[in-house]
Amino acid sequence: MPHLRLIARLDIKGANLIKGIQLEGVRKVGDPNTFAVQYYQEGVDEIVYMDAVASLYDRQSMMEIVRRTADSVFIPITVGGGMRSVDEARDMLRAGADKIAVNSAATLNPSLISAIAERFGSQCMVLQIDAKQRAAGRWEVYRDCGRERTGIDAVEWAMRGQELGAGEILLTSVDKEGMRRGFDVALVRAVSEAVSIPVIASGGMGKLEHLGEVVEAGRADAVAIAHVLHYGSLSLPQIRDWAGAAGLPVRAMA
Amino acid sequence: MLLDSGTSNLLSVQRALDHVGADVVIADQPSMLDDADRLILPGVGAFGHCVANLIENGLFDAVLDYARRERPLLGICVGMQMLFDGSEEFGWNDGLGLLPGRVQPIPMSGADGGRHKIPHIGWATLERSGPDWAGTFLEGFGRDRAVYFVHSFSARPEAVSDILAFADYDGIQLTAAVRRDNIMGTQFHPEKSGQAGLGILSRFLAM
Repeated sequence: MPHLRLIARLDIKGANLIKGIQLEGVRKVGDPNTFAVQYYQEGVDEIVYMDAVASLYDRQSMMEIVRRTADSVFIPITVGGGMRSVDEARDMLRAGADKIAVNSAATLNPSLISAIAERFGSQCMVLQIDAKQRAAGRWEVYRDCGRERTGIDAVEWAMRGQELGAGEILLTSVDKEGMRRGFDVALVRAVSEAVSIPVIASGGMGKLEHLGEVVEAGRADAVAIAHVLHYGSLSLPQIRDWAGAAGLPVRAMA
Repeated sequence: MLLDSGTSNLLSVQRALDHVGADVVIADQPSMLDDADRLILPGVGAFGHCVANLIENGLFDAVLDYARRERPLLGICVGMQMLFDGSEEFGWNDGLGLLPGRVQPIPMSGADGGRHKIPHIGWATLERSGPDWAGTFLEGFGRDRAVYFVHSFSARPEAVSDILAFADYDGIQLTAAVRRDNIMGTQFHPEKSGQAGLGILSRFLAM
């Protein structure tokens, strides 16, 4: 496999980095650009900005954040949260994003996935899936920041997304998000085995061992990390060193 | 000079070039290439789409003319793939034909037969093909330094001597960097590969 990607996920509200719990309760953490630059310097592999509100006002504010970050952070930047159209995706790409994550709008209008993939390439089109467990081995897709049920099965939706042209899946467990008790390994594995595109596991990282579980048992191709980084309970060098020692193929920092 | 190939990574490449102190002009007219000291051809998305964009804007022939003047040309990602005879992505599409070879899908399985993920996304180190990188845009590049890839297709140059570097993907060797005289290319994204990538752009600018 290529190197396991360690991705910093930054959820944004207005001008601030926030940290939610199960995508709902939020706390302000600080200036997102400061965090992004620090993670870049510490060797994070990618940055994901997620607009937690996605109102018109917030969209402008997000574009400004992306613009500032892209000026000094030379690694892939993914932007998601409330993306509704090809035009919105284009504006965000122009501001400096490399990839667009689409969630709610795609569940209502799946052709948005193929429209973005055809216009900008599949490498730009990240299908964001927020999933909640309904029964053993069954997960339902949620939209609008984990608030609304869609009735769609998460594994089937991942397969459909791949067919429509998604180049990657950003998979968040609504149950595990912000809880720091580990990823939903069964969910990640079910999706990762069902598709041939890479899967980014998101939601639940609390300690180093969680990383090993979701990569080895869950077959995650990449891991999105938020809480433990933003509050400084784990640092990127610490995570990378541990992963290297555990035999996970992370990028060496030269 | 950076060619406006209508691709979405144009501005990312520009930002990275600005950062390493290049004097960047974005060329969207064929005549603009007459004055270029160096030319970068970015590209992401579908191969056929990228070539069609060049043809539509009259830039396809302008790039060929530029290349004949033996000035440095660097293709990035699909920009590198376009240097070759053509690609099998969504049916055959002709490329610029500056380097012999074709662009083909990355094999769905690794050398051990196990399936792996496509696109190939992530950071990989560069493995030297041939004796030395001295005098090339990879001169001095560290063995353990990784660069960022995202692609589903991979160039198969006919001449092994055109290949500067491979990236290993589960035992499959993917063409990572190519060079023949003034024609250069990277499958990876130097503009998105942190300090390692910025260093490669700097070396290209110094050539």
